[in-house]
Amino acid sequence: MSDILLDMKNVMIEGRSDRQWKPIIKGVDLTLKRGEILGLIGESGAGKSTLGLAAMGYTKGGCRISGGSINFDGIELVGASDEALRQLRGKRIAYVAQSAASAFNPAFKLINQFTEAPVQHGVLSKAEAQSDAIELYRKIRLPNPETIGFRYPHQVSGGQLQRAMTAMAMACRPDLIIFDEPTTALDVTTQIEVLAAIRDIVRAYNTAAIYITHDLAVVAQMADHIKVLLRGEEVEQAPAREMLSNPQEDYTKSLWAVREFRRAPRPPRDANEAPLLVVENVSAAYGPVKILDNVSVTIKRGSTVAVVGESGSGKSTLARVIMGLLPPIEGGIVYDGTALEGVGAKRKRGLKRHIQMIHQMADTALNPKHRIKDIIGRPLQFFIGLKGAAKEARIRELLTLIELDPDEFMHRFPSELSGGQKQRICIARALAAEPDFIICDEVTSALDQLVAEGILRLLDRLQRELDLTYMFITHDIATVRFIADEVVVMQHGVIVEQGLKDDIFTPPHAPYTELLLSSVPEMDPDWLSNLLTARDGKIAQVDPE
Amino acid sequence: MNNLVFHLRDAPVSAWAGIVIVAFYAVLAILAPVLAPYAESASVAAQYQPWIAPHYLGTDALGRDVMSRLIYGARNTVGIALATTILAFTLGASWGLLAATLGGWFDTISARAIDVLMAIPPLIFALLILTITGTSVVALILVIAILDSTRVFRLSRAVAQGILTMDYIEVARMRGESVFWLIRKEVLPNAASPLIAEFGLRFCFVFLFISALSFLGLGIQPPTADWGGMVRESAKLIAFANFSSWQSATFGLAPLLPAGAIALLTIGVNLVVDWVLHLSSGLKE
Repeated sequence: MSDILLDMKNVMIEGRSDRQWKPIIKGVDLTLKRGEILGLIGESGAGKSTLGLAAMGYTKGGCRISGGSINFDGIELVGASDEALRQLRGKRIAYVAQSAASAFNPAFKLINQFTEAPVQHGVLSKAEAQSDAIELYRKIRLPNPETIGFRYPHQVSGGQLQRAMTAMAMACRPDLIIFDEPTTALDVTTQIEVLAAIRDIVRAYNTAAIYITHDLAVVAQMADHIKVLLRGEEVEQAPAREMLSNPQEDYTKSLWAVREFRRAPRPPRDANEAPLLVVENVSAAYGPVKILDNVSVTIKRGSTVAVVGESGSGKSTLARVIMGLLPPIEGGIVYDGTALEGVGAKRKRGLKRHIQMIHQMADTALNPKHRIKDIIGRPLQFFIGLKGAAKEARIRELLTLIELDPDEFMHRFPSELSGGQKQRICIARALAAEPDFIICDEVTSALDQLVAEGILRLLDRLQRELDLTYMFITHDIATVRFIADEVVVMQHGVIVEQGLKDDIFTPPHAPYTELLLSSVPEMDPDWLSNLLTARDGKIAQVDPE
Repeated sequence: MNNLVFHLRDAPVSAWAGIVIVAFYAVLAILAPVLAPYAESASVAAQYQPWIAPHYLGTDALGRDVMSRLIYGARNTVGIALATTILAFTLGASWGLLAATLGGWFDTISARAIDVLMAIPPLIFALLILTITGTSVVALILVIAILDSTRVFRLSRAVAQGILTMDYIEVARMRGESVFWLIRKEVLPNAASPLIAEFGLRFCFVFLFISALSFLGLGIQPPTADWGGMVRESAKLIAFANFSSWQSATFGLAPLLPAGAIALLTIGVNLVVDWVLHLSSGLKE
C-alpha cells in the first residue's frame, strides 16, 4: 500500500459553451497522501469545484476531462468504465456538497439516505448500517443521535444537516472525502461546530480530504496543505502554516491583504444634526409569528449603520419594514421628519425615491430578460422623468460612476455579467433614483473576497461623493469592521446591543455579541483549537440550536 | 433573432423533421387555392373513383376530388385550430398572469372558478353548449377557446408565481410600478418560453378536439372541407371495400387519408414542442 492516495497529473478539463470547448482546468497537478487534508482555494470560476469533482473521475454535464491522468490508489480514473467508477464512488471516495439542504432528498428520512450507499455497495447490511449511522451521528456531535436519523431533512437545522451529510459521506469509511464549501451557507456561530465536527471525524478515521473553500480563515483551520487556484491554473502550493505566514505569489498576497483593509476615517459631523431615519418601537410579524419585537434604530445622515445577526434574527425583516414591503403591527418609521406610511404602495413617489435597497443576490435582483440600459433606465424615467438622449447620457454617467465601461455594458443582458458586475449594476439602479438612504442587504455575501472588497470600496467612495447614508445588513463581522460607523446587533428579532462600532467591538460585550465576535474565523491556524478549548461547552448554552 | 438562428443550427434531427412537417402544412394551408386541382366543394366526377389521374386520390360519395378537399381541409381545420389556440392563450395567459400578480381574493376566486370549469369533461361540455348555440364557426372557436383557456390559466399562473418570488419583482414593486407594467415587462418575458411550448401542445389538443367534434357532426359543417368530417363521411367504406386488387382497395383506404393528415401534423407539432421545451428547460445534455 503506497503512501500516496491520489495522484493527479497535468489534468485538463474543458467545458462546452457557445458551441465550442473551452478550457476550465489548464493542466493542474495534485497529490494527496493518506490522511492528509488539502485546502483548495480561489475565487469563483477558478475551477476549484471542477478539480475537486475530477478527483472522483467525475465532471459536471457539459464538461469533459480532455487530458492528464488521475490515479486513485493505483486505479486510473480517466477513461475508467462506469462500473469501475461506481465501485469507488460513495465507497472509497465520497463527496459533501455545499448546500446540504438541496443535496438531501426531501422525501426520505436522513438515516435511510445514510444506509443507501453501504447497502448498495454491499459493505454493511441495512441493520448494521443503521447502528453505524447512530454511532457516526454521535461522533459528529449531532443532538439526539439515536432519533435524529428518523427525521426528514426539513426537520433539522442547516448546520445539523451539513453534519448529517458529513456522517453520510463517512458511511463506507472512504479513503478520500471531497468537501465542496461545506460551511459557506452557514452562519458563523454554526460554522464553528461544523468545522470542528468535520475536522475531528476526518482525523479520527485518518481519511484524506480535499477541502474546497474561498474563505482563507476557514482553510487555515482545516488544511495541512493549501493550493491556490486562479482561472484553472495553480498559483502556488505550500504547507498551510508556511502559506499563511509567507505567501510567495502576488495573487496570494492580494487575497491575504483583503482582510487587512480599513476605511479611511471621516470628518466629524455636526452632532446636533437631525437624524435621517428613525425606526420607533417597530414590531412586525408574518402571520402569527412575530419576527421583530420593539425595535428602535436611529440613523444619522451620512453614516453607515451595520445591522448584524445570524439568519432568522430579523435583520432582513427590518429592511422590508423600512421599504414598506411588510407593514409593522406596532410602531412607525420617520424619514427626515416625515412619518412614512406602513404600506409602501401608499407612499408618495417623491418620498420613495429617497430610500432605495440593494439585494443580496444580484442574480435574482436583475430581470434576466432586460438589458442593462433598461434596468438602469427604468428608475430614471420613473422617478426623475428622464427620456431619450438625456436618459441615455445619465445611464452612461451612472455606469462610469460604478466603474463599468458604458459602451461595453449598456446593451448586455445580466447573464453576460460576472457576479461582481451584476452587483454594481444593482448599485447603479439604486443610485439612479438619486436616493439619500440605501439599505444594503448582505450585498457582498454572495461574492468572492476580492470582488466583495471592490464593491465595499465602491460603496465607500459613493458615500463620500454623494453624501449617502447606508444601513448595511450583514452577518460578516469583517465587513462590519470595514464599513460601519455604528453597529446594531440583533438576535431573535430583538436588538441585543447597539452603539458606535468601537464601543461594540471593545470589551465588555453582551454575551451574544461575544459569541458572534469570537466565532469569526481568524487566519491563525490554531484559532479553532484554542477557541474550542476556551469555550468548553459554553456554546451549547447560548447557541439557538 | 440571431439567437434563434443559433438554436436552429443546433436543433436535433427530430426537431428538423417537425419543422419540415409543420412548414409543409403551412404552405398547403396558405396556398390551398393555388395547389388544389379542383374547387373545394364542387362535384367534378362520378362518385367513388379509384386513385387514377386526374383524381390522384379518388373522389368521395358526391364525386368531389379528395386531394383538393384534403388541401382545403388543411386551411379550414388548421386555421380554426390556430385562431382558437391564440384566443385561448390571450384569455388564459392574461387572466392567469393577472391572478398571480394581484394575488389575494382575486387569485383565489379565479383559481377555484377555473377548477370548477375543469372538473366538467370538456368534450361533453362542448357538445352541450354547441347544441344550444348551434354550430357556427364563431361559436366553435369561442367555446373551445374558453374551455382551453382554463388549462392555459393554470400553467401561466403557476409559472408567474415562480417568477413573482424573484427579487427583481420586489424591486419593481418597491418602485411602485403598476400591475400592468409588472405583468408586461417583468413577468411575461420570463414566462414566454414555457408558454410558447405549451402553445404548440395546446394547438394539437384543440386541433384534435375540433376533428373529434367534426367527426361527431358538431364541428365544421359541410360542405366546408374538414379532416374530421371527411373521416366520418368515409369511415363506413372500410367495411365495404374489396381488397382483392389495389385499385379497389384504395376505396377502403379513403378514411385513412384525412386521419393520417391529422396524425402527421400532431406528431410534427409535438416534435417541435419537445425541442422548444428542452431549450427552455436549460438542460445541457
